[in-house]
Amino acid sequence: MANVLGTEHDLNFKETELCLGLPGAGVGGGGNEVDSSPRTTGKRGFSETVDLKLNLQAKETGMDLNKNLDNGSKEKPVSAKDPAKPPAKAQVVGWPPVRSYRKNVMAGNKSTGEESEKASNAAFVKVSMDGAPYLRKVDLKMYKSYQELSDALAKMFSSFTMGNYGSQGMIDFMNESKLMDLLNSSDYVPSYEDKDGDWMLVGDVPWQMFVDSCKRLRIMKGSEAIGLAPRAMEKCKSRA
Amino acid sequence: MMFSFPDEVLEHVFSFIQSDKDRNSVSMVCKSWYEIERWCRRKVFVGNCYSVSPRMVIRRFPEFRSIELKGKPHFADFNLVPDGWGGYVFPWIAEMAGAFPWLEEIKLKRMVVTDESLELIAKSFKNFKVLVLSSCEGFSTDGLAAIAASCKNLKELDLRDCEVDDLSGHWLSHFPDTVSLVSLNISCLGSDEVSFSALERLVGRCTNLRTLRLNRAVPLDKIANILRRAPHLVEFGTGTYAADLRPDVYSDLAGAFSSCKELKSLSGFWDLVPAYLPAIYPACSKLTSLNLSYATIQSPDLIKLLSQCPNLQRLLVLDYIEDSGLEALASTCKDLQELRVFPSDPFGAEPNVSLTERGLVAVSSGCPKLQSVLYFCRRMSNEALVTIAKNCPNFTRFRLCIIEPRTADYLTLEPLDVGFGAIVQYCKDLQRLSLSGLLTDRVFEYIGTYAKKLEMLSVAFAGDSDLGLHHVLSGCESLRKLEIRDCPFGDKALLANAAKLDTMRSLWMSSCAVSFGACKLLGQKMPRLNVEVIDERGPPDSRPESCPVDKLYIYRTVAGPRFDMPPFVWTMEDDPSLQLS
Repeated sequence: MANVLGTEHDLNFKETELCLGLPGAGVGGGGNEVDSSPRTTGKRGFSETVDLKLNLQAKETGMDLNKNLDNGSKEKPVSAKDPAKPPAKAQVVGWPPVRSYRKNVMAGNKSTGEESEKASNAAFVKVSMDGAPYLRKVDLKMYKSYQELSDALAKMFSSFTMGNYGSQGMIDFMNESKLMDLLNSSDYVPSYEDKDGDWMLVGDVPWQMFVDSCKRLRIMKGSEAIGLAPRAMEKCKSRA
Repeated sequence: MMFSFPDEVLEHVFSFIQSDKDRNSVSMVCKSWYEIERWCRRKVFVGNCYSVSPRMVIRRFPEFRSIELKGKPHFADFNLVPDGWGGYVFPWIAEMAGAFPWLEEIKLKRMVVTDESLELIAKSFKNFKVLVLSSCEGFSTDGLAAIAASCKNLKELDLRDCEVDDLSGHWLSHFPDTVSLVSLNISCLGSDEVSFSALERLVGRCTNLRTLRLNRAVPLDKIANILRRAPHLVEFGTGTYAADLRPDVYSDLAGAFSSCKELKSLSGFWDLVPAYLPAIYPACSKLTSLNLSYATIQSPDLIKLLSQCPNLQRLLVLDYIEDSGLEALASTCKDLQELRVFPSDPFGAEPNVSLTERGLVAVSSGCPKLQSVLYFCRRMSNEALVTIAKNCPNFTRFRLCIIEPRTADYLTLEPLDVGFGAIVQYCKDLQRLSLSGLLTDRVFEYIGTYAKKLEMLSVAFAGDSDLGLHHVLSGCESLRKLEIRDCPFGDKALLANAAKLDTMRSLWMSSCAVSFGACKLLGQKMPRLNVEVIDERGPPDSRPESCPVDKLYIYRTVAGPRFDMPPFVWTMEDDPSLQLS
């Protein structure tokens, strides 16, 4: 099974489950691309970056540790070529070992108003899937697009695929028949509860808006999600 | 042959032996002591809920009144254990519900507790008194309502650091008029989960209330009323400690705090506004424990506060205290035993406060009784660590977290092996140690050589080779729990020290270099271990055997493999023909 390594822009690994856990990979010395977040949001980044080549080699040779340790901090597959940006810290899952309620408390304390939203370090939401016996949690801030989220969800719930979403990962509401196809299939469809307590189809709004308003996720059978479509369309219109 | 006392005499003697460890020793003296002891053990402690089955526990101890269970591995606190891993309490409750109507206490840590479990507790145990849920999740206020409504003899309800699903704030009103709580800790509840009027009424009628920890949603101006209804409180946690400064609110608050003459411990203080801090000054001289780890106040205000607390034994604080604040602490709080300094900006690339190794050195020098330290900082030196070690030979717990992984000694740029080596060498009673910074195999050699009383070791981003792990497994005689992440430890040390794992509670290794093949081998050869491979990439046998596993959790058990695992956890099978004798 190949390591599906995220998108073409950043290697955005939510958890260490996506790399072979090569020690030395991804942590030493910072110097990693991320986005242009200023220092206050420091945490924007991905958990661990692993050189594609290193991954494959390791698989074949069964781990050449010395090589990895030497190459570790130097060989990043995609580096920010912009020298003007200060190297942001690559974020490692579970490090520093601070409990999540402490991270969130700090976020609340950091500043007031809109800045506090940006300063918030994580957006953990619960993900449930109909038929699965347990809940998962994801940090929406770890992803930059619906596609990345979809890939991560696919890993967590292997019978889930995001089906017929458009190129941006957004639902094409202009094409009703496409939408109805999606909902009539037996594929799973992700839905989410937004700030107002309404359940909506994932993909109805631009990504960032989604991250800001999503409170929890539920992956349901397409046929069960039919009831959500009209509401989703209404909300979309009211926002347009 | 032992002189034979009547059983009742022995039982009476044993009743003075409370510690679990001692009870276990007593039970191993001889068969008759085993028998007597098992009938009179009233408190059962199970450090790993999967190490034994509920039925086995009930069979051996037919008369216990209190049970304490721990579930997930410690690294679950830092999101390293995927949701759904396990740790469900329901099977235990179900088993005890039938057999034990007289159960009084349940204490759980890192377990999944459903509303169904809580409802079953409420229904089954008529004399239920104490429920302590520490870092648990999976339940909602509905479950709490069931407990409140049915447990008429409830004395303690402590939800520390739990994740509770908010559904309704009115569960508090389900407590009957006759309830007389001694301890209530709801500090983890989110907003809208508490009805203030119900809370006030409850506090008012619980005349024996000694511990009350409120949640963040309780505003500052409600505190005075609550305190006045509970003047005998010993431990109190505020809610949000912020409001616009109003003289009437302030004097009300100050008056309320002075009327609580027995206060020894304070916590809460979310969003703390310094102007309201002096309201607690009347209580400060008696304070032994202060948790300011949610209070974003700066060093000067902290120094002023701490100067009022000469009897402080335990302090939790953010790194806003800075070196200057810790120096002040060292000079005023001579009884300090425990210090925890948390990072205010753990993910920031640059330090945001002036907190360095100097602060910790100062406290180690000024506070002779210091035993337990948790310290987050951004730089350290071997020199400082050696000084600290020599100053505090009585350390039992030393956890240092240098925020950037693999940070070297900032003065010499060398690894911090020597510094931590000094800690284990001088602190002969050290029970718990967490390492950080740049570390080679040498530090593990020191640990294996000197840390003979060490029971729990946490390691991250350290070591060079299997030799490091080998030193620890072969040298640390008292080791019970070992948790490792992102270290180059592989198969050799683990397999060579397989027998050691039978003497430990558990071993966690994630992002290391242990191959699937080695896990299989270990599982086959060690029948009394559960070797669990946790890997969200998919089944480990879909990759070559030499491929390292993502996460590995090994624990000893007499209950055999468990069957409540999610799809991403595999237990390696025993193979009777391959077992080591």
